[in-house]
Amino acid sequence: MNEMKEGQRVKVAHLDELPIQIGKEVIIDNHHIALFRLTSGNVKAIENKCPHKQGPLAQGIVSGEHVFCPLHDWKIDVTTGEVQKPDDGCVKTYPVEVVDNIVFIVI
Amino acid sequence: MTKRKLVLVGNGMAGIRCLEEILNIDPERFDITVFGSEPHPNYNRIMLSSVLQGDTTVDDIVLNSYEWYAENNIQLYTGETVEKIDKDTKQVFTDKGRSVPYDDLILATGSHPFMLPLPGADKDGVIAFRNIEDCETMIDTSKKYERAVVIGGGLLGLEAARGLLNLGMEVDVVHILDYLMERQLDPTASAMLQEELEKQGMNFLMNHHTEAILGKKRVEKVTFKGGKVVKADLVVMAVGIKPNVDVAKASDIETNRGIIVDDYMQTSAPDIYSLGECAEHREMVYGLVAPLWEQAKVLAKQICGVDAENGYQGSILSTKLKVSGVDVFSAGEFNDSQNNKAIRIQDEFEGIYKKVVVRDNRIVGSVLFGDTTEGTKLLNMINNETDISEIGKVNILQSVDQSESIVIDMDDSEIICGCNGVSKGDIVSAIKENGLASIAEVRDCTNASRSCGTCKGLVGDLLEHTLGDEFEVGTEKETVCACTTLTHEEVVAEIRDKGLSHTREVMNVLGWSTPEGCSKCRPAINYYLGMVHPTDYEDEQESRFVNERMHANIQNNGTYSVVPRMYGGVTNAKDLRKIADVADKYNVPLLKVTGGQRIDLLGIKKEDLPSVWADLDMPSGYAYGKTIRTVKTCVGENFCRFGTQDSIGLGIEIEKKFERLNTPHKVKMGVSACPRNCAESGIKDVGIVGVDGAWEIYVGGNGGTDLRAGDLLCRVKTSEEVLEMIAAYLQLYRENARYLERTSHWLERVGLDHVKSVLLEDQDMKEQLVSRMDITLSAIPGDPWKKFIESEKDKEELFQSKALEVTKS
Repeated sequence: MNEMKEGQRVKVAHLDELPIQIGKEVIIDNHHIALFRLTSGNVKAIENKCPHKQGPLAQGIVSGEHVFCPLHDWKIDVTTGEVQKPDDGCVKTYPVEVVDNIVFIVI
Repeated sequence: MTKRKLVLVGNGMAGIRCLEEILNIDPERFDITVFGSEPHPNYNRIMLSSVLQGDTTVDDIVLNSYEWYAENNIQLYTGETVEKIDKDTKQVFTDKGRSVPYDDLILATGSHPFMLPLPGADKDGVIAFRNIEDCETMIDTSKKYERAVVIGGGLLGLEAARGLLNLGMEVDVVHILDYLMERQLDPTASAMLQEELEKQGMNFLMNHHTEAILGKKRVEKVTFKGGKVVKADLVVMAVGIKPNVDVAKASDIETNRGIIVDDYMQTSAPDIYSLGECAEHREMVYGLVAPLWEQAKVLAKQICGVDAENGYQGSILSTKLKVSGVDVFSAGEFNDSQNNKAIRIQDEFEGIYKKVVVRDNRIVGSVLFGDTTEGTKLLNMINNETDISEIGKVNILQSVDQSESIVIDMDDSEIICGCNGVSKGDIVSAIKENGLASIAEVRDCTNASRSCGTCKGLVGDLLEHTLGDEFEVGTEKETVCACTTLTHEEVVAEIRDKGLSHTREVMNVLGWSTPEGCSKCRPAINYYLGMVHPTDYEDEQESRFVNERMHANIQNNGTYSVVPRMYGGVTNAKDLRKIADVADKYNVPLLKVTGGQRIDLLGIKKEDLPSVWADLDMPSGYAYGKTIRTVKTCVGENFCRFGTQDSIGLGIEIEKKFERLNTPHKVKMGVSACPRNCAESGIKDVGIVGVDGAWEIYVGGNGGTDLRAGDLLCRVKTSEEVLEMIAAYLQLYRENARYLERTSHWLERVGLDHVKSVLLEDQDMKEQLVSRMDITLSAIPGDPWKKFIESEKDKEELFQSKALEVTKS
């Protein structure tokens, strides 16, 4: 039984496993998460599902702090999860911690 | 203080627009509950005909997503109808047994379609054209049946008919009068419209009175007075709408044709308001959107306790619309009468007709057909009762460019984009606050001109007026994207001049407004760099669109499709067996033969892609890329009785030579062995047709969105010459076209004469192009699928997901 407690830290990857600007799909229990390592060095985690047509965001083009959905090009802020205008909506975001090059997601 | 409870009955454009206005004024004032009978969030009903005509999808016409309701804390009940209001206890009751109390109530119930009470009107296959469900029914019906009858030759009927034609049905339009769209057009314009629509394939039964609908369970025939009978598998009634006053009537709120409201949208009952198509104001019920925006503004002010000044004073009706590709405008009193005189211009060559009706030196009405540029100007002159005695009569219909644009004198509250209800003030402040500089940016920011596009000219005028000298009309550049002010051509020139070699360097040196670009410019720059530096540029996979990064086609459910290469459309038993085995092993949901003569395996999971490719052991067909796709061939001289040339052999040779070449957009080719053209060479980017002893080369054909027949570039004797000419042509295209510009559009832009002058008259230039193509081809990397199979790192990074569990600690 995988009853989850809020705020659990899950080790997901070594930083070297994540190419810059290429998303990675991580599945933790029922959470489908898109993990991005940005050019700035920051690592971000959001729900891997565009609010428009459920496109897999991990496969989108990453630019700066945004990812463009591979299905219909919706632009989403990977930090806040907010869809950019003129479209509307938001995706869930997950806190990420990087300690000694190990990436953790907080569920 | 507790919030007031606001209940909105009707989840359509009028009601939700009013909520938006209310939220703008005072977002904290109300707890809001919305009831809608349709199982959808608020969508743009005007765009239903575009959905039916296949130009857009249901999801794309949604105006307020479910998230919008959630973000604004609005409780939404869809698929639920309010049936009764108790005015004393101030509650509403729904068909699902729910009751909700209100302090303020808005009725925005819209209209019902008017269904003729004909015998047989209750049979299956008899529908209206009013909502998404009707649209879906028509689309489904068109898959199974052939003949449709549309009753009603008004705007709605003609839009339904055009949609059904697009869906492949035969369509009869029945109209009770002699002229179509008589409420918007005079007889001359109406006859011109009918002629145009007949050319498009519509059949008209004018002056026909429908008598009955016959059939067993489903409609089979429609009969008319006078005895005529036509076959029908579907009947669409589009004879009009009537205000939906059901709940108002049931609750003893005063109604006439609609729910009666005063200038502040107040009904006869306290704290109950109404607006939109269901409301009747000064004996007028409006079925257009422009009045509805005005009503929404007044009601929002009223209900928020803000001074609504004089309230709503009624609207002068005008329509500006597109019927089946024809621009039409009308306003005011446009029909001839004894007291009026008219100015008319009719150009039968161009299909343009303009009429302005004048009484006592003032314009009282107008009809424009085919060219509606002056529409807004005329409407303004009608509204302002401009005295035209000083203006030369002919000048009235001569274009705007002599005078200043009408946007300058418009009030900030006047609507520029009728489809989306965007006012002049909205656009001007968006331009100022967000530093917008192009029509495209205004569209992305405000939605103005997003739908029908007829207001683009006014948006341009507003940009010019607001920005002054910073904005030059007509020279508005088509920039690569919003990240830069440079055009495609300028970016390529800068890359060459400055010797730029990385996407980030390009964006940095050329002053991009975003440090890392966007999904439009990154792939474009990546292409240009590869084109300019064919041998030493390292392609950036992170700047590739998903399909080109994964080398497979992403599908709507996140799976991929795989199309292995079949040179010239020729296959063999061994390859087919491998495909069959893969289909079995991976439970491939759909195998389909493509239009490019190969086999598509659809529904492959991302994680399975590398092993599917390994099992197939065939090269990638590049069915996903901006690159050479396939060379379609006919059977040719080996088997065909008519074939004069070896089309298969040449097709394979072409495909092998140019496969994996990056191009600005996809390139499809075809080789036919005789002018019967079984490989459809006439609609290919490059199409070859064999004639006795020679090959004809056609270019710029397209079988897609903008159908275009190819132009004959030249005729050559040998297959070597064909290969050389294709090399020169494609290299010219690669070097000069804008990224994502198909050969057909590029050829239209630069002209066939230009291409001919380079390729046929300038031998030197042609040889240089061929040699640059040879260099490019020599540096193309090998098959991408093979590379992925051999690289554990690529497999891991691109195709594997990580599955983890939360461990208990």
